[in-house]
Amino acid sequence: MSTLDFSTTLGNAWFPTPTFTASGCASSGRELAQFFDLASIGGVVTKSIMSKARSGRPTPRMAETPSGMLNSIGLQGPGLDAFLAKDIPYLVEQKARIIVSIAGETVEEYSTLARKLRAVSGISALEVNISCPNVENRGLVFACDPEASRRVIDGVRRTIGGELPIIAKLSPDVTDLVSIARGVVDAGADALALINTVLGMVINLDTMRPHLGGKTGGLSGPAIRPIAVRAVYQVHAAMPQVPILAMGGISNGRDALEMIAAGASGVSIGTASFGNPMAIIAVQDELKALLTAKGFNSLRQAIGYAHRPESE
Amino acid sequence: MSTINKNAANVRATIVSNKRVGQYFQLIINIGELATVCKPGNFVAINVGGANSRMVLRRAFAISRVSTSAISGGTMELIVAPHGQGSKWLCSQVEGDELDVIVPLGTAFGIPTEPVHVLLVGGGYGSAPLFGLAELLNARGCRVDMLLGASTAAKIYAPMEGKRAVNSLRIYTEDGSMGHKGRVTDPIPEMIHDSNIAVIYSCGPMAMLSAIDSITRGSDVVHQCAVEESMACGIGICMTCVLPVEQEDGTVAMLRTCIDGPVMDGSVVQWEKVGKAL
Repeated sequence: MSTLDFSTTLGNAWFPTPTFTASGCASSGRELAQFFDLASIGGVVTKSIMSKARSGRPTPRMAETPSGMLNSIGLQGPGLDAFLAKDIPYLVEQKARIIVSIAGETVEEYSTLARKLRAVSGISALEVNISCPNVENRGLVFACDPEASRRVIDGVRRTIGGELPIIAKLSPDVTDLVSIARGVVDAGADALALINTVLGMVINLDTMRPHLGGKTGGLSGPAIRPIAVRAVYQVHAAMPQVPILAMGGISNGRDALEMIAAGASGVSIGTASFGNPMAIIAVQDELKALLTAKGFNSLRQAIGYAHRPESE
Repeated sequence: MSTINKNAANVRATIVSNKRVGQYFQLIINIGELATVCKPGNFVAINVGGANSRMVLRRAFAISRVSTSAISGGTMELIVAPHGQGSKWLCSQVEGDELDVIVPLGTAFGIPTEPVHVLLVGGGYGSAPLFGLAELLNARGCRVDMLLGASTAAKIYAPMEGKRAVNSLRIYTEDGSMGHKGRVTDPIPEMIHDSNIAVIYSCGPMAMLSAIDSITRGSDVVHQCAVEESMACGIGICMTCVLPVEQEDGTVAMLRTCIDGPVMDGSVVQWEKVGKAL
């Protein structure tokens, strides 16, 4: 059998495999545990947690689109305290590696969340979601503003100290993604999560009105995969030393390998899990087989391969 | 292992038969041993469109009945209305075709411990899971009355064999093309008043469920309803299929109808808040 080194790192966090759930697509982890062992994947990226419980946007929250879907959840969640009391202990008990995703309405809320998470054991890394499109005020999408992005990450970095890796999750809905990425890395992000959903809309022709309760929603699934590949490629080209956790329509091993070749150190599986609860296991197995078949000895050798000159 | 989705399995299941029944299709699907853990009210999530489909999400269907004595092994019956791309694809599948299914999912109808008088109310093809439920209630010694309604006769689903398990069946159509002319909820206040109905079981459009709740509110009648919200996953991870539900502490939370439903206590669903921000 192969002796492929399938492990990866995001900042100083080590993971035995490069396959993760995507934030907001695995709920508390319990729902997927019926279908696979949570410890058998790279890690569980939790839904984005806010300080207080939040009920989210009204229904309809979903519209299927060609090779994708729009969602308009609006960061429904139990709030940090309930999350720490119920969800983290469960994931620790399952021996899952945990990346906690946080979201805030203000720069201060992110710092407060970071302060409360600093002392929690069992967390491998922190995903700072500054790019959720489903907030009441689009002006709050920090990741569309280089200065706001930088301030959020700077606040979290100062609060949390140097130990826990920070992964900044960015939006593709910007003109110059590289400059935003550079800003958050300068402010202390150890890694980047690319990409969040793409803002979209569906009009319901029965009502002749926007279909979603929140009017706009985040587009995900295979429809956005080329956008994600482009984003990963551009950012890796500019900052090859910064690890990227890639997501956006990955459904199988080939999709994952494309992201790795574009420059990703790991991949997250989101919408594909809605159609297939074991998609992440399939991606993991297929990626491993593909890397082996292509003669790689380690995942690391394949990261950013697409950037090599033709002659190599 | 988990406490959520605890009986569910993702399997490939073969279609035993697919027949047109009025405006609907009746699919019998072999799910083997899983048929023994399916209860009335549970649903199934099915991949549609084949391997290279642009439809990436599963479709949820109520299980109308299971049989564990079939020669081919355990089977489940689905009554499907071909009104969207996914359900049309499913209805076009034929005997011998394989489906990717996750089953059983969601909550089930609660069965009374005493042989009480119950009323089953179905709207459109929402009546389908009520026949399997009727058989179970009938076997427990309950008196089972049934009301079925739809806009027009062709949308009434009422199989001959299903009627055996009910003590009475009344049909209502809004255009009067079958049974009584009117809404299926019209006779409920009088039935509650005249008899000792302990539980109403309902399945159908949200407006019908909400109307039943407004009738049973303030009474001793328990209302167990199977709700329908559009779902992306069916297994509790997408958070799209939520309904506002009152909690024990009096607060209202958005609960997932795939995990905390589809069968819910009608009295705690905040019908007037459905589709609104909390």
